[in-house]
Amino acid sequence: MQLRKRTYCLTLAASALISCPAVADEPTAGGKLLLTGGVSEIEGAAGGGLTPWAVIGGYGTASQLGANAHGTYVRTQNFALSTYGVSAGVANRVEFSLARQTFDTRDAGAKLGLGSDFKFNQDIIGMKVRLFGDAVLDQDTWLPQLAAGIQFKHNEQGDVVNAVGAASNSGTDFYLSATKLLLAQSVLLNGTLRFTKANQFGLLGFGGDKSNAYHAEFEASAAYMLSKSLAIGGEYRTKPDNLSFAREQNAYDAFVAWAPTKYVSLTAAYVALGDIATFKNQRGAYLSLQVGF
Amino acid sequence: MHMKLKKALLGGTRFAALVLLVLMSVSAYADDLLYRAFGEKAGLVKITDDLYTNLLTDPRTAPYFENAPIRRIKEKLVEQFCVLLGGPCQYTGRTMKRAHEGQNIDRAAFNALVEDLQKAMDKNDVPFHLQNKLLAKLAPMYRDIQDRE
Repeated sequence: MQLRKRTYCLTLAASALISCPAVADEPTAGGKLLLTGGVSEIEGAAGGGLTPWAVIGGYGTASQLGANAHGTYVRTQNFALSTYGVSAGVANRVEFSLARQTFDTRDAGAKLGLGSDFKFNQDIIGMKVRLFGDAVLDQDTWLPQLAAGIQFKHNEQGDVVNAVGAASNSGTDFYLSATKLLLAQSVLLNGTLRFTKANQFGLLGFGGDKSNAYHAEFEASAAYMLSKSLAIGGEYRTKPDNLSFAREQNAYDAFVAWAPTKYVSLTAAYVALGDIATFKNQRGAYLSLQVGF
Repeated sequence: MHMKLKKALLGGTRFAALVLLVLMSVSAYADDLLYRAFGEKAGLVKITDDLYTNLLTDPRTAPYFENAPIRRIKEKLVEQFCVLLGGPCQYTGRTMKRAHEGQNIDRAAFNALVEDLQKAMDKNDVPFHLQNKLLAKLAPMYRDIQDRE
């Protein structure tokens, strides 16, 4: 049976990194539709740019494994953030992700007394489980695809984040995401409810002198598909404001995502992240490349 | 806190406005217009022919059609497309459930068919956003068609 053979081959290729010519020759081996798996959000989960979606990353279906690697670069007037990571979707049910973020303070580092080009590093381990629904196929109901996720974050610059008032250098985010493709309108909508203590995504630690409680935050994405391989959209993400030394504001973006094939997607966005560590109104460019297997 | 709420509301309003704009721009099609955009009966026959050319050469779907009465299936499929697009037809085939029973169809094969249909519609110059209107009507049928995830 053709389908079974391919699944086996994919699993082998992913686990041992051996080449799999049967897959390489087949332009459409994956089981899902183009762009419906989202891209890699800034914390490594499948989603938009700033927020996770309920979709399970990779183009694998029930009997298949899908995997992605991604690299993302964000640059504002005073800071830069680079993220890279991998994710795997298992049986279109569970998604595992690993990401490493480096937050470069560039010249701002000196003004903050940290030294020029001071960098914060953060590791994020994520897991997401699809609870019910099919965002793409359930077109005769308003019921979305719902997923629950968790992100364990560990910031390596514990001394610094404590010094600015953070309560901890590690934290755990919990979220619920609902995603719906309105196929007849070529529109995809997502809403995410996140419980978090993170300051600036965790890059400035977790909890703070103003508040050390979990906050319910809301995130939203809307995308419009211009063609099979091109989508535009916007996102919004609220964030807690736990630190008294610098206020934290909400983030939004406007993006273009392009998937020339099932295995590659490129996302470019304009992001506005608000004030970061006393530096006002941080805005800039977001660029992300994802390669799938 | 108050500012934050205001900002969140403002952001939400922006999204709602964007979505509404998009919904309005595409909901203006009357049912019959969609049928005509697909080239009416002749267009649907051609799309269905191209779909089966794709399906029978696609290793993900070809095995399901061994010894299948392709000519009859195509006829019924044209009727079905026509009905879904608001055309003046009647579907005389079996239910989707009956027609696919015992075929051991999984989600990957179902999605493969969707891709092959997209290719066929592309080939016949059906605009992307109109393709999605047909796909939206076909997509929920996965519940009757597939035997397993």
